[in-house]
This record gives sequence, C-alpha cells and structure tokens, in this order.
Amino acid sequence: MQWLSQNLHIVWGLLLDHLWLSAVPIVLAFAISVPLGWLAARHRRIRTPLLTATGLLYAIPSLALFIMIPAIFGLAARSPWVAIIGLTLYGIALLARGAADAFGSVGRDTMLAADALGHSAWARFWRVELPLAGPVMLASLRVMAVSTVSLVTVGAVIGISSLGTLFTDGFQRGIDASIVTGLVLTVVVAFALDAVIVLVGRVAMPWRKAVPA
Amino acid sequence: MIRFDAVRKEYPDGTVAVEDVTLEVPSHGVVVLVGSSGCGKTTLLRMVNRMVEPTSGTVSIDGVDVRSIDKVELRRSIGYVLQAGGLLPHRTVADNVATVPVLQGTSRREARSAALGLLERVGLDPKLGDRYPAQLSGGQQQRVGVARALAADPNILLMDEPFGAVDPIVRDQLQQEMRTLQSELGKTILFVTHDIDEAFALGDEVLVLRKGAEVAQRGTPAEILANPADEFVSRFVGAGTSRRTLSVREVDGRRIVVDGDDRPTGVLAG
Repeated sequence: MQWLSQNLHIVWGLLLDHLWLSAVPIVLAFAISVPLGWLAARHRRIRTPLLTATGLLYAIPSLALFIMIPAIFGLAARSPWVAIIGLTLYGIALLARGAADAFGSVGRDTMLAADALGHSAWARFWRVELPLAGPVMLASLRVMAVSTVSLVTVGAVIGISSLGTLFTDGFQRGIDASIVTGLVLTVVVAFALDAVIVLVGRVAMPWRKAVPA
Repeated sequence: MIRFDAVRKEYPDGTVAVEDVTLEVPSHGVVVLVGSSGCGKTTLLRMVNRMVEPTSGTVSIDGVDVRSIDKVELRRSIGYVLQAGGLLPHRTVADNVATVPVLQGTSRREARSAALGLLERVGLDPKLGDRYPAQLSGGQQQRVGVARALAADPNILLMDEPFGAVDPIVRDQLQQEMRTLQSELGKTILFVTHDIDEAFALGDEVLVLRKGAEVAQRGTPAEILANPADEFVSRFVGAGTSRRTLSVREVDGRRIVVDGDDRPTGVLAG
C-alpha cells in the first residue's frame, strides 16, 4: 500500500497508457472485422480462405509479432503503434469468425423483406444486417476486448509502457507490490471495458429485451 | 395495370419456375393467383418488383417495362406484404410502418406520426406503435405488415400469402377488413395464395395456376365455380365435392342451405 501511494502518479500514467493501447486496437479490429465478416458470410467461396487466414494470425507468438512489426512497418521498436498494430491483428483473428457467424445469423426472410421494401444494399447493411448481427457479434467482441487488455501487458517486455511495465519493473527490482498492482489493475480494466461493451450493446439493441429468448 | 408478356423463368440448374405466362392485372382490381406450392405463383409475383428477373419476356406497369426502372425505386413505389408479416424484428411497430417513407427521405418524426394513423386504419391500437414485432400476435403482425405496405401510398400492392400464418378465425377477419380497405383505397392488388377459399373471398378475378405458373383458368370466382375449365381446376376448387354441392331444405318455415353431406351451412335470406 505504501508503495502504491508513493507511486500513484506513475501507476495512473501507466493505467492511461494501458487504456488507450487497449481501446484503439479494439475499435480498429472491430471496424476491420465487420466488413471481413460480412464478406465471409455473404460470399461462400471466400469464407474458408478468409477465416482460415485471419484465424492463423493468432498462431503467431505475440513476442515474435511485436519484434517483426517495426521491421515490416518501418516503426521505431518502442513505438506504441507496434503494440496497436499487433493487437489489432490479434483482435481480427478473434473477431472475424464471430462477425461472419453474426451476419450468417440474420434470417433470410428478414433480408428478403428488407429487399422487398426497397433498401439499397448500403441501407440494408446499416439498417438491417448490422443491427441484427449485433447480438452474436457482441459475444465475440467481449472475448476479444478482454483478451486485448491482457495482451497489452506483453508490450512491456519490448519497452512499450502499460500496466505490464509494473510486471517487468516489479520482477527486475523485486517489488511484489508493483506486480500485484499491475495484475489487479489489468483485471479491473478488463472488467470495466467488458461492462462498457455490454452497456453500449444494451442501449444500441433495445429490442433484445423485448424478444422472448 | 400490370402486364406480364410471355415471361419465363428458368434457374441455372434447369428448373423452370414459370413457363411462358402472359396476363394482365387491371388497375384498381384484385387479381388472385392460386395454386399449390411450387407452382411458380410467388416467382411470378416477385417479377413485378424485380425481386426475380424473368429469363425472357417482360413485365410492365402502365406500359413501362419494369427493367427500365431502378430496382430500389421500383420496390419503394410498390407495397409488398409478406407471409407472416415479414417485419423487421429490431424495429418498433411504428418504425416498421415508417420504413419506406424514411428510406425515401421523410423525417423519422413525420413518418412515425403518419404510421400511427395507418395502424388505426388497419384496426390496431396506435399504442402498439412502441412495441416490437415479437410482442404482437400473429394477426397483429400481419396487420402491421399491411400498414407498412400502405405507408408510401403505392398504387400497387403485392401480397404473398399474407394471411397464411394466422388461424382461420383471424384470417376470415383479416380478409373481410382487406375487402373494406380495398373498397376505400382501390389499389391494384396482385395476391398470391394456395387457399382457393381465400382466392374466392378476395379476388375480383382468380387465376388457377398449374405447375410452371401455367394459367389453367381465369375468371371471376362465380365463373370458375360454375364452369371449371377442366379436371384440374375442378379438383382444385373442389367442384362436385359435398362442400361445394349445396341444396336448400325447409325447416320451421325457414330455408336452410345444406351441403352434400346434409350438414347445414347457412340460412337463405329473404
């Protein structure tokens, strides 16, 4: 406790780093996975290659990925963008299949009705397909968000600060309080982000509570 | 007026859904296509708003080939009532009814308030406007489906077995109300059903279809009942069955109509 009160401003700074290093990849991975999932769900031929390729991204060891990215993208080794790109790729790996299943879950009759009413392809996507894919997508999004928050800590090993820095520092200097603080706060951030996603889902999809499950 | 001119629909796998059909749906009339499932009646219906494009032949509305009209615009200009309502499950009842006007650029507020009026028109309490479709009975959903089709005040209504999923009592009610509504609105209606009684109840004209949407007979319900064109039509309408063979019997000074099995079905008026 004493360690924490003495290092509060450092911990706070790392917490903020951690938050945006999590939030940006989550948003990016979501924004990229939605169109990929839609393509996979609507075009049978590209479904398997696309989902296999995105799924394989997850097989790349995170440390290796974080070391490769600066070389590939010409970034400084400790740039936060290294973590953001890497975590976005992992996010896509986790979310693309879920997004494909989500779009696949939209009923054919509903899509037919949408067409019959005169939705353009664009209007049908935004007004019918995306909202109706929402509930299934939300489940994958929650897994992906929590996983991202936890993976952010790996960046600390290559010097990208986050709550993970409290682990690496704590190990090197033998400060247990630092390790425990990092661990507890990472879990808290994961829970908090999950709660935000659930809440946003509830506000954005009010019809779900009206539908008897 | 909707006109089908030598339309044919063949799918890539070789199935022929519609084989050379020519027919007209006069303006302000109700034409019912009746036939068993898989006879191509729905395919024919969907050619009108280009949900299905014919392999050959043309469909025209008031002399204009539908292929020359943008698909999306065409569909917005035609009311479509689907089986089981076909409501969007994530939209409230009012938003469902307001769908087409909103797509056409009417403000959501204006479209919603017009939607509440339409709900009343089809016999629903406007208070239901804030519910979701899943919270409504089948009959109520079907009424919402009709209200939604009317929302942009189209000249043409396409109705694809709209009352197929509701129980017989509600269906009778809906059919009756549809007749009342039609007498006020005078839309051009193309209606598809597999139920010959429904066809007779609603159609100014009825077309009995064989496989491949071939017209076996066309006429008013009375004409078809009086003179079935052939064995197929005769069987389809149940001509000669006890249900269709009525006779009059005198009971307590009143004339009772009985069917072929001697079961009373009604009382002769006057």
